[in-house]
Amino acid sequence: MVVSTKMALEGAHASAQAMRQINPDVVAAYPITPQTAIVQTFSQFVADGQVDTEFIAAESEHGAMSACIGASAAGGRVMTATAANGLALMWEELYIAASMRLPIVMSVVNRALSAPLNIHCDHSDTMGARDAGWIHLFSETGQEAYDNTIQAVRIAEHPDLLTPVMVMQDGFITGHAVELAEIFDDQSVKDFIGAYKPQHSLLDIDHPTTFGAWDMYDYYFEHKRQQSDVLDKAMKVIVDVAQEFGQKFGRHYGIFDEYAMDDAEMAILVLSSTAGTARAVIKKLRKEGVKIGLLKLRVFRPFPAQELVAALKDIKALAVLDRSISFGAMQGAGPVFLETCAALQVAGSKTKVADYIYGLGGRDVLPDQIEKAAAGLREIVETGEVKSLVSYLGLRE
Amino acid sequence: MPKQLPTWKEVSPGGIIVDPGSTASYNTGTWRAFRPVHDMDKCTHCLICWINCPDSSIIVQEGRWAAFDYDHCKGCGICANVCPINKDEPHAVTGKPGTVIQMVIEKD
Amino acid sequence: MGKLTEIRWHGRAGQGVVTASELLAEAALQEGKYFQAFPEYGAERMGAPIKAYTRISDEPIEVHYQILNPEIVVVVNPNLLGAVDVTEGLVADGTLIVNTPEPPEKIRTRLGLQGKQVRVFAVDATRIALDTLGRDIPSTLMLGSIIRAASLVNLDNTLHLVKEKLGTKLRTEVVENNLKALRRAYDEVKEG
Repeated sequence: MVVSTKMALEGAHASAQAMRQINPDVVAAYPITPQTAIVQTFSQFVADGQVDTEFIAAESEHGAMSACIGASAAGGRVMTATAANGLALMWEELYIAASMRLPIVMSVVNRALSAPLNIHCDHSDTMGARDAGWIHLFSETGQEAYDNTIQAVRIAEHPDLLTPVMVMQDGFITGHAVELAEIFDDQSVKDFIGAYKPQHSLLDIDHPTTFGAWDMYDYYFEHKRQQSDVLDKAMKVIVDVAQEFGQKFGRHYGIFDEYAMDDAEMAILVLSSTAGTARAVIKKLRKEGVKIGLLKLRVFRPFPAQELVAALKDIKALAVLDRSISFGAMQGAGPVFLETCAALQVAGSKTKVADYIYGLGGRDVLPDQIEKAAAGLREIVETGEVKSLVSYLGLRE
Repeated sequence: MPKQLPTWKEVSPGGIIVDPGSTASYNTGTWRAFRPVHDMDKCTHCLICWINCPDSSIIVQEGRWAAFDYDHCKGCGICANVCPINKDEPHAVTGKPGTVIQMVIEKD
Repeated sequence: MGKLTEIRWHGRAGQGVVTASELLAEAALQEGKYFQAFPEYGAERMGAPIKAYTRISDEPIEVHYQILNPEIVVVVNPNLLGAVDVTEGLVADGTLIVNTPEPPEKIRTRLGLQGKQVRVFAVDATRIALDTLGRDIPSTLMLGSIIRAASLVNLDNTLHLVKEKLGTKLRTEVVENNLKALRRAYDEVKEG
């Protein structure tokens, strides 16, 4: 019997609660705003004996992820958290963790990369790491971060995957904000994630295994192709785990969330906390008779190309909201736009797409910005043309 | 958004700041919860407080302690902490015996 | 209270303003309401002026942006009145609650609100804090004044919540003092 308790929790504390209930073997971490509350709260659980976790206060994020890799290869269930430049500092380790097929689960509280130094929210950090081979799950609220973190353990440890997962939530916007979160009872979470039984581990002395070996040009390519295939399989696992989660806990997740898409002619595609604001604006526009819907992407890696194309089948105009710029990409576009366009192009889709860069460095995303994107969509539908491929919301121009 | 903030074309490349000493125009004195007060009669003008102030908020004139820069002093209390002169007599401002610089609660 | 109420708090970092904004959110949770509470930091430093925000609603809150036009503004630190424009964005028929030893009429004049619809409340929360708690920590007890001025949540429920929260960490005497502080803030706030 699942018992849930309603609490007023900061998003970061919701993530920490999930970590407490997961009770990993090792957490190696380094603090950075706006993630600090996660590991700080978790380290209090460690100090209070509420978890059995070995907590390693590493000398940097690079050290933290290195320790996570070592601990995971040794057969432990390992978690950590970071943000922005902390994530950037562990860049080489991200690739290593994924290609060594280690099921590490990490909370990333999205924050802008320096320079200039900015501690507020945008998605440049995790988008900058999109090629590293991790699974990316985005959370609109602290509640979703909690739910996603629990599911992440099952996804990462699935024998077909054995791939690390990063669970995102927006820095300060949900990370530091107190909202309603329903936390399940410890036993139910423990039952859901089960015990971690590594197939290979450094500490399994009956089956001695070498981790972190060298490849020459006669092996590396095959290893990478195999790794790529794993991410192809990941979507099914993510969906299956979500289904099981929904059955047990009553909260249902998919690859993305659709709102008012049934008879929509236009749509907005967005990730994370801004989806809430966008939904509120779309509700208002719907009352005015505008046929517009919302797609909130939960899974960014692997990129749900087929599923998105299917969802956008009848959409004439799509506005993709990007909270990061892929510098040097065509017309300064963002990564979500680029991948969406690729998916639509290969499917022969007629949907016209426009990119809206927004919210960089924590720029507040007000309803009128979403309305601007919606107005742009109406213009595309009326004229049949995308006048401006990449536009900006809330920017002083 | 206030109108005087620069547009994306107007901001400085790389976020560099070309006006030297620009932090002087940021009045951090309003941050204070505590304010340092000084007793000139007891001061030996050793200038240890001036050396240690992290905000360059002690004004020295002709080698002598002259004033606090209350526009920038954040009330950290380091000056009061490092002052080597400790007197039994009441402080000119606080009335309490102690160092030449003491901290009081910042009023309105 | 009906639909959505937006509250902005003014204080200095490290003086309990964020805690107070979150306590209000927890009080709302208790009553089955929906809520959001979040801070706005400038420099991450003790003593720097900060704002905190609370949204309370009978319906789920899904938006994620700053509160620009609060119905209620709470000023926890009186020395901010000169430094920050605490009335910025406050709706025309909004409520202003200030921690000050001065009467509300004086605050109204000082902020140029004479003849305006804004309701102005004053409570000497610092005095109450020093009397009951022995420390200058006025933020959370101001919840009592907010309840009196705007009745967003129920006083008895809030007292019960505070008692529960503090009861696990503090001695009975200290807990009682906190409740006393809240009750005094409720009783002593004046409108003018």
